[in-house]
Parts: sequence; C-alpha cells; structure tokens
Amino acid sequence: MWNMKQLEYGALARRANQIKDELRQGVRRPYKEVIDVFQGDLHRAGMKPLTFVRQVLAACVYPPLINSSNLPLDVRQRAQEELGRCVGGSVGSYSAAPGIPEIIHSISEFIKRRDGGIPSHPENIYISPGSQWSISNILNVLVNREASPRTGVLIPVPCHNKTVLSITQLGAVAVPYYLSEEQGWALQVEELQRALESAKGVCNPVALYVINPGNPAGYVQSQKSVLEVIRFAWEKRLFLLVDELYQDRVYGENCEFVSYKRAVSEMGPPFSGTVELASFHSVSKGFSGECGLRAGYVELVNLDPAVMKYIHTLFSKDACSPVLGQIALDLMTDPPKPGDPSYLLYKQEIEQIRTVLLHSVKKVHEVVNSLPGFSCPPIEGGLFAFPRLHLTPKAIQKAKELGLQPDTFYCTRLLEEGGVFTGPGWEYGQKEGTYHIRFCIAVPQDIMEELLRRLSSFHMTFMKDFS
Amino acid sequence: MSKEGTVKKTGKTVTFLLYLCSLVSSSLTPFLHVQTCLGAKKPFTEVIKANIGDAHAMGQKPITFFRQVLALCSYPALLEDSKFPEDAKQRARRILEACGGHSIGAYSASQGIECIRQDVARYIEKRDGGIPSNPDNIYLSTGASDAIVTILKLLVCGEGRDRTGVMISIPQYPLYSAALADLGAVQINYYLDEDNCWSLNITELRRALSAAREHCNPRVLCIINPGNPTGQVQSRQCIEDVIRFAKEEHLFLMADEVYQDNVYAEGCQFHSFKKVLFEMGPEYSNTVEMASFHSTSKCYMGECGFRGGYMEVINLDPEVKAQLIKLVSVRLCPPVPGQALLDLVVNPPQPDEPSYATFMKERTAVLSALAEKARLTEQIFNTVPGITCNPVQGAMYTFPRITLPQKAIDKAKELGLVPDMFYCMRLLDEEGICLVPGSGFGQREGTYHFRMTILPPTEKLKVVLQKIREFQLHFTQEFS
Repeated sequence: MWNMKQLEYGALARRANQIKDELRQGVRRPYKEVIDVFQGDLHRAGMKPLTFVRQVLAACVYPPLINSSNLPLDVRQRAQEELGRCVGGSVGSYSAAPGIPEIIHSISEFIKRRDGGIPSHPENIYISPGSQWSISNILNVLVNREASPRTGVLIPVPCHNKTVLSITQLGAVAVPYYLSEEQGWALQVEELQRALESAKGVCNPVALYVINPGNPAGYVQSQKSVLEVIRFAWEKRLFLLVDELYQDRVYGENCEFVSYKRAVSEMGPPFSGTVELASFHSVSKGFSGECGLRAGYVELVNLDPAVMKYIHTLFSKDACSPVLGQIALDLMTDPPKPGDPSYLLYKQEIEQIRTVLLHSVKKVHEVVNSLPGFSCPPIEGGLFAFPRLHLTPKAIQKAKELGLQPDTFYCTRLLEEGGVFTGPGWEYGQKEGTYHIRFCIAVPQDIMEELLRRLSSFHMTFMKDFS
Repeated sequence: MSKEGTVKKTGKTVTFLLYLCSLVSSSLTPFLHVQTCLGAKKPFTEVIKANIGDAHAMGQKPITFFRQVLALCSYPALLEDSKFPEDAKQRARRILEACGGHSIGAYSASQGIECIRQDVARYIEKRDGGIPSNPDNIYLSTGASDAIVTILKLLVCGEGRDRTGVMISIPQYPLYSAALADLGAVQINYYLDEDNCWSLNITELRRALSAAREHCNPRVLCIINPGNPTGQVQSRQCIEDVIRFAKEEHLFLMADEVYQDNVYAEGCQFHSFKKVLFEMGPEYSNTVEMASFHSTSKCYMGECGFRGGYMEVINLDPEVKAQLIKLVSVRLCPPVPGQALLDLVVNPPQPDEPSYATFMKERTAVLSALAEKARLTEQIFNTVPGITCNPVQGAMYTFPRITLPQKAIDKAKELGLVPDMFYCMRLLDEEGICLVPGSGFGQREGTYHFRMTILPPTEKLKVVLQKIREFQLHFTQEFS
C-alpha cells in the first residue's frame, strides 16, 4: 500500500509553491494567496508564536538582551538560567547527546505531573531533532534487517506517512489495521487481531504503532480503548510505539487524553512491569507550534537494561539536538506560572489559540456536513480535519484518465481553482473505494472563514461538474 | 524485545559503537571516571577538556552579527529596536520573508529554504572562482553528519561479497566508522602517511582497494579535508590524484570540508574538491559523482548547537535525487535557526555594510588565535621526548604520536586497556586533562597517538601543553 515508488512525492507541494511564486509575481488567479493547510504547521497556517517563548529564545541567542529593560524580568531570568545549563554559557556549544540534563529533568517532571504523580525517570528520556528522529532510532532497534521473515510493525489506517516511510526504509513491513470510520475512527481490537493474522507468513510483527490523538483522523481514544490496546499488546508480545504529539489538542466534550504510560502503570502487575512502551512528544504540535526548531523526546518504559544501553549508544552517535529546540521543549514543559510577569500574556495567548481551535473544529464540522458529497465525524482532537469525499463515478473516471488518484485529483483542482492546499487521503491510507482530504484546522478565524468559503464554493462547482 | 535477541543482533557493534560514541559525545568514559572520583583529592582544581571540537565550550565567543540576526529572527518585535544595526535587520527580514508564516517556527521544505540554498550556491560559486553551482544540488541538513549519513544510506546495499565497501582514512573521525557499523557497510581502511604530514598516497589507496575487492563491493571514497584528527590540508595535486583515482575505479567521492576556513600553515591552501574536479575538465566534471559537506559547527563560527549544514551533490542521477528527497523528507526539515545561521555564514556582512568592521575583526581574531595555537602546539610538542607532532596545517586538532615504553604497554594490557587509552586515563587522573586516545580514530598497528584540540584559550593551552610535557616525562620514567 505505501510503496515508496508509487508516492508521487511532492507533486502537489511543488505546484503549490509554483502558484505562490506566480501570485508574488502578480499573475492573476481567482484568489490573492494560497491558504496552505497541508501540514500541521501552526505558524505557516497563520498562528502566532508564543511571546514568552520567543523572548527567551532571543535573549539566549543574543545575551546582551538579558540586560534589556524592554524584556520582562522572568524572561531575562529564564534566559540566564537556560544559558547557565549550556556548556560555555552559549547555545552554540554541543549539549550531551541525550539532551541537556536539566531539560530532561524538566520533561520528566512534566510527565510525572501529567500522569498524576507516576514517576518518570530521566535516564529513560531522550531528546532528538523532532519526534520522527526518535521514532527512527527506536525502529532501528526493533527491526532486524537480516531476519527472514522480515520484521513487521502494525500501522493504523489512516496514518501520516512519515513513520510508514521510516519503517519501509529500514526494510521492515508496515502491516495496516483499519480504524473504523463509522465509529468515529475508533480502534477496534478485533481489527488488530485481523491485522496480526494477515501478517502470518508475510512478516514477523514486533511492534504496534498507535497515534493518540490521531493524525490525520481526529479521534481521541477512550480509557477503555487504551486499556484494550495495552492488553492486546501484552498478550501478543508487541512493543507499543505511542505517538502522543497531540496530547494538548483535545476538543471533544466527553474526551480526555489518556497517556499510555499512565494507563500501563495503573493497570498494575503483570502489565505495569512488562509492557514495553515508547511514547513520543514534540515541541511542534503543542501551543508553541515550533515545528521549525526540531525538538521532540521519547520516554521509554519497561525496556531491558541491556537494550537501554544499546539505545543510549544509538542516540549518542548522533550529535545533540539543536539547543534552541531543547530550550523550547523546556519552556513547553515548564511554562510561566501564576504570579510570573509573563504569565497573564502567556495564558491569554494560549486561550486565544484554544478558542480559535474550538471554533474551527465546530465550523469545519458544520460546513463540511452541510455540503452534499462531503461528510466528517466530529473532530475530537489533533490538528486536522479528515473529511470523506463521496465522489461520483464521473469524477473518479476523470481522475483515472488523468492518471491520478481520485482524491489527489480533487485536491489538485482545489489548489488550482480554490487556492487551498490540502492533502489527498490516498497519501495517508484509507479503505479501498473511499476518498478523503486532510487539512490543518489550526488557522486564525478569518483565514478559516475564507478557507471554508472557498472550499464550499469549489466543492459545489466540482460536484456539479461531475454530476 | 528480548535481551538475547537484541544483543545477538548487535553483536560486536555494541561495544564498538559504545566506544566510538564516547569519543564523539561529551560523555567521554575517562571523564565519567573523574566524576566518580569527585571528592577524592586531586593534584588539580579543574578538568581541562581538550577532547571535543566544540569552540564555544572552550570560551570562544560567537560572532556578534550572526547572533543579532538570529535574535531578530527569533523575536521579530526587536526589528523596532534601534540597538540593532540596519544590515542585521535587513538579513532578518529577508530570512523571515522566506519562512512559512514569517516564522522560524514553521517547517521549511525538506531540502531547505529555497533562497538560502540559492545563497549557498552563490557562496560556492564565489569560493570556487565562478564555477557554477545549482541550488537544486544543495541540500541543507542537521549539521554535516546528517547529510553524510543520508548519502551513506543511499549508497549502502548488497549482500555478502556484494556488500558496499566504503573507503575511509585511518585515522578518521569516528562518525564514519559508527555510521558504517550502523548501516552494516564494509569499512575499507586506507592509511594516511604520518611520515609525510598525514598526506594521502594513491599507492596506499590502490592497495586498500584491491584488498577490499576480495570481500566486498567498494563504491565510496571518503576524505576529510582539512583533516580530523590529523589536521593536514591536502595539496591540490593530491586532490587531483584522488579524483582521477575515483574516476578510474568508479567510486563515489564524499568530501568532508567542514574545516574549510581553518587553514593555518604557510604554503597551505584549501582547495575544494568541486573546484578541482571542474578544473580538470569535462571528462571528469561530467562523470565523477560526488557530495561535498560543510557545516556551521567549525571554522570561525563554532556554532555546533545550531546543527546547521549542507551538502552539494554533483552528477547524481535524477532518479537518485528523487530518492534522496524522499529520504530527507522523513525527518521533515533541518532546524530553521540552523538554516538561517548558514545563510549568514554564506552571506556575511560586505565591506559597505555597517557591521562589516566588527565582523571582520571578530572573524580574524578567532582564526588568527587558532593559527597561533596551532603553531605553538606543534612547536612545544616537538620539544618533548617521546612526542612527535606533525604540523597542524588546519582544522582544530593535533594528533601527535607518543612513544610508550614497553612496560607501559604491558601494564595497559594487564588492565585490559588499549595502551593509548591507559595513557589518556592516567593523564586525566594525574593532570586533569581530557584528551582522546588515538585508538578511537584508528592508527597503524604498534603506533600510539592522542588527539587534542587547540581550542582552549591561548594561556590555558600553554598550561595544557606544559602539563602534558611534564606528564610524558614522568610517565616515561615510571615505566622505564
């Protein structure tokens, strides 16, 4: 399914850039700018960085700012603190390969607080330039390149394609398990069982990759679901790779983020001491949305000490993560507190982002479901909408004629005619005969309104053209 | 994941990699040894770390202009602050304009921000006397190491006797051997000639290659110029010979040129592989496949923590480049602050700009201090009986040869240590100086070395050199 050769890699992205260039040069199109909601990139989509974060980073980069009365006191103090942790007092020196120790400690405290006091050990935490880097390293340990049959990793469908690419690049096999669209993209254990069965004779599955909250599908797993998955992984001796990048992004009214680590721990023995788990988080998707700084971490749970030693080696052979990214991680896990000079503004900015997202989630659901041939379950969490396109046979036929996947065809036309850059469902995997598009919903209100206006207008025209 | 399963899988590579990693990371085993001795009385009050090529860690100051622009990029409200010079603001605005949402927090294209790649191409053209550089052949990366590993991933394939062989110099920077071990490639060692200033000998390359053809498929030739750990700057003739050899033997050339501004010795000059390749004419420039690497971690910037770097690929098949794009896209993009910094390195203040004078002053100060320390190091080490030191022509290190008394070698063996590791551990224990044993980089059988950086401030370096001299004398006496 995810054959690397087949992916028409970046064709849509290239076209989007071309159109952006044309618009800059003054070429006339039915729109003045491209609304780029292809990636989960808050800043690119128009959201603003958090002031506190950027002030601290600036002062770390250019320390004379620490004496500037234009910056709040807590910013200056924090910058000084961060620089004190850097060798030679400069963000330009290497840090220890796993990450700056004090920042790793911050992360472990953050995890402990999040998980109701369940301890988190710093030596089980590694910082890397983005979560995909950590995921690759852990996969490197799990995948035996010389094995026959090949190593298998269970992957949800739909799934963002980076992890899939990592898996196939290592020579392992991605084994799909389908999320149930009818049940709001729920993860069903029977489906995990079926996927495991399908792997017999094909590969040797060693790991189960779960994304919670989801990407691209915006589900949030219930406590029950998380426990079921853990039990399944334990029974079948599967290593749990849990991508929890969107843990701060929960909107559904009766939804709550349940951390896998906490669940494992609270299940008690035998699970708590034996389920092997790696959970991933990053500075890219939280409120700070600092994708470009490249910093994420992995927390490893219940791994054999001999294996941990090897993992330490693996992470150590890469030089450290970018120091600014590490500092941004620290600011994410240890933000301003009530009483700090920057606290009010910080809180205000976070609230603003939260309000925008809640509004987007509602609006998108409303608008998409009001259009014929378009449907979307409630977006419970994450950063994307993944609505379903009910394309007519005529549209599907036209796509085939052009040598395009039907949803790629739709997205291409949406880009050209509507000036909205979205991702075709085909790139994330979907049930045969179904079509979807993915777009980021972390967009300022006015841009979201424009997006939905253009989408509606384009969609109606498209459906009419191919009726 | 069973302990047996994983450890069996890794086999020898675990120990090998662990050892190598202690060399490239700051958690050097001997240093940890000292940590465990904390509290014990030592004849020194501080540990001087001359083990890692990290300039800022040793007190080198960042370039003001670069940090100003980066601060402006981080917090654009500072663009209103009159304390920042106009040329810094202009650079910052241009970089932000090229970023998604005008923020360094947005992902960039996986290959790197386009206008920065264009600036890199222009820099290369200027450096190489006008030889064209195509921005499409420039790939920004998370430090040079990232790009090096990416290219190796593309090149390593095959099973058994067909497994890719990669030629690396001995001594070498252990990133290469670690990457090769990780990818399961075959390491092919070619020895640099210590008696001739660590120069590269084609006869030796030929020897290594024919021997390797018995058990693998040699496809790649890696060269570090200026060299790490050896500090040699290859002559132009040598570079031509290497290119000719690569063409004859159908080898992909990987030219690690991260120290290109670090050239000190008189009579030495940095010749970029690309420039020489093109000056050799179309027979070579149209056929030899090559990747050259640069980074923001070394030279006069020393900004290791930003993880900025790039590679320029030459004569790669378009289908290979398509795979390369897919490979780099998995990790999304290189850190944007590192890309921004790289842009400043390739596009520094010009003579007519306000920040020029300060910039040149700072740059010159760093490079001339390094040149002075290189000279001093060679001079002092060569006065110590038992230590011989080749000229430090470039880069940031010295790799002197130490003569160890047989009794010391025997004692090391008794303790289960490689002799130069034993030497370095004793040096750390007795003088508080942290170096890296030559065995970590590779050396001819029966020879011993250590690598020391020339990064400590001059006065401290003088102290280090003095202490090493004292230690060497004392050590030799003890084991005579």
